Amino acid sequence: MAAVEIRDLHKHFEGHRAVDGVDLSVEDGEFVVLLGPSGCGKTTLLRTIAGLEEPTSGEIRLGGRVLSRDVPPRARKIAMMFQSYALYPHRTVFGNIAFPLKALHTPRDEIEEKVRWAVRMFDIERYLDRYPRHLSGGERQRVALCRAVVREPQAFLLDEPLSNLDAKQRTTARDELKRFQEDVGITTVYVTHDQVEAMGLGDRIAVMNAGKVHQFGTPAEVYEHPADIFVATFIGLPPMNLLESIEALAPAGMLVGFRPEHFLPRSAFGEDEDVTTFRYHVRRVEYLGSERYLYGSLDAHEDPEKPIIARLPAMLRLEVEADRTHEFAVHSGQLRYFDEESGQRRDPPGAARGRADA
Amino acid sequence: MSRYRLMRYARRVGVYVAALGFVTFAAFPFYWMALTTFKQNKDLYVSATNLKHVPWIFNAAPTLAHLKLLFTQTAYPQWLLNTLLVVVAVVLITVVVAVPAGYSLARLAGSWGEGMGIGIFLTYLIPPTLLFIPFSRLVAILGLQDSLWSLVVVYPTFTIPFCTWLVMGFFRSVPWDLEEQAMIDGYSRLGVFFRVVLRFAVPGILTVVVFTFTLVMQEFIYALTFISSVDKMTVSLGVPVALVRGDVYHWGALMGAALITSIPMAIVYNLFMDRFVEGLTLGAVKG
Repeated sequence: MAAVEIRDLHKHFEGHRAVDGVDLSVEDGEFVVLLGPSGCGKTTLLRTIAGLEEPTSGEIRLGGRVLSRDVPPRARKIAMMFQSYALYPHRTVFGNIAFPLKALHTPRDEIEEKVRWAVRMFDIERYLDRYPRHLSGGERQRVALCRAVVREPQAFLLDEPLSNLDAKQRTTARDELKRFQEDVGITTVYVTHDQVEAMGLGDRIAVMNAGKVHQFGTPAEVYEHPADIFVATFIGLPPMNLLESIEALAPAGMLVGFRPEHFLPRSAFGEDEDVTTFRYHVRRVEYLGSERYLYGSLDAHEDPEKPIIARLPAMLRLEVEADRTHEFAVHSGQLRYFDEESGQRRDPPGAARGRADA
Repeated sequence: MSRYRLMRYARRVGVYVAALGFVTFAAFPFYWMALTTFKQNKDLYVSATNLKHVPWIFNAAPTLAHLKLLFTQTAYPQWLLNTLLVVVAVVLITVVVAVPAGYSLARLAGSWGEGMGIGIFLTYLIPPTLLFIPFSRLVAILGLQDSLWSLVVVYPTFTIPFCTWLVMGFFRSVPWDLEEQAMIDGYSRLGVFFRVVLRFAVPGILTVVVFTFTLVMQEFIYALTFISSVDKMTVSLGVPVALVRGDVYHWGALMGAALITSIPMAIVYNLFMDRFVEGLTLGAVKG
């Protein structure tokens, strides 16, 4: 087990900057998720840590040791799990799990012992003699995890390991994965484009786009205090509502944002609470069982491409009719301000609070 | 009987007729070889005006005379042995060179690999009728005239290009993930090649063996150019040289030689065919 330090890492492919100056430090035993849309460089970053790609420049350290390009993947003491699980189809479950140990010339009885320990942990002892093609997706994942863990790696790299499972299996597998990581306490870097996985699994999340890390923080930090517009709109389902230049709220050149679940009818708040109210024209109500999504616009800001969305929990029994204008509000403390040009988050401009029916 | 039932029968009859047609097409040459091998000469050479003679059955008692001629009056056993030696040597050389070459082109050469692979394949298309003259000069320089070694040296020039190109395709079908996984699991590129990749390439290697086998067995021009002693000939050269004398064709012995050579090949092909199909249906990474 060891910490992973990444300093100013670049990886360029024929002019395309897949990883464009990434700094990241993963603490010993920490579970870090690289989150971003496809093509943002997260998988390339992971593969560079694994040694499958040579960095164009920059430095990677694992447990203080510099992993230069002379250190091949096999000498890095890491385990990696691919999206496909990459189980060797011509080897049994036992053969698959024992494969990395054979590379280390481990004595036969020790191999036996370690494989038994691993399969017991994942409860797949009865599959030892089966071939991967006879296993379900979830079972394959466990075999791949067993194979990864028997080497006692210093770090664990996972590339979208849950994307081959169906939605129900995914929840179970996520729980299993997290418990396993907490048990063995191995430093883990996990790549995904699924923010639910990222929020649920990560001790910290690195949100990436276009080869850069936009924010690196705990799930709560990333969600509550997004560092810029990209993070604000990428994380959260539906994404954060952004309003352009409302003079009463913020000076020109600033955007105001708030999460759909904070945008509630005025009557849901107490009379004396510090809220900012809006006149909200509801175009459509979407009933989703556990919650309702409202699509609409603020009177002055009609933009059919970017509807203002409110997310009402099922607990809130208030009747909201479509095609009407309602009084909605956000806790003033839940408003986020961004610089229109740079996209960076700004401090709230203190003075501009109160009513804002612009 | 309903119309549909009738149609079903008609369809089935059609299938069997078609199958029978193909079987006849494929088996008839073998039947003809066997028939000619065992026919007496008076049954083989019949006046064209004799319309009562049925050519595709025995009209006189079968005989072993032609086989006796083949085995006692010619060096046929020696040719078989020579052919076997050349085939084994060329197959070995081809596999040892083409398999690593194909892997390198498919995996290590990057975007150049494809172009180089096609370039190498193109050399296979240059016909031996153009190459045998420069090759005979080279063979002379190497001092290999009238030696089986000349064939061992020359045959790989057409087997290797073709087979390199062939195995490239097989290596490309090996999932990248598996190779990278094995590298992370602690193996060097070479270790990955031997422990993971080769297992997937078995059908490819078998195909290489079969193709090399075929190409070498049927080769005639180089053998004719470089070999002059009867006891150093291969089957494909020795048979026409020794059994066609002037305009006299020893058809019985010719067909006997062809039959004996082709039957083991047919059996070997069938064995490989099974492995080949098995290899193609091997379980992939994702189920």
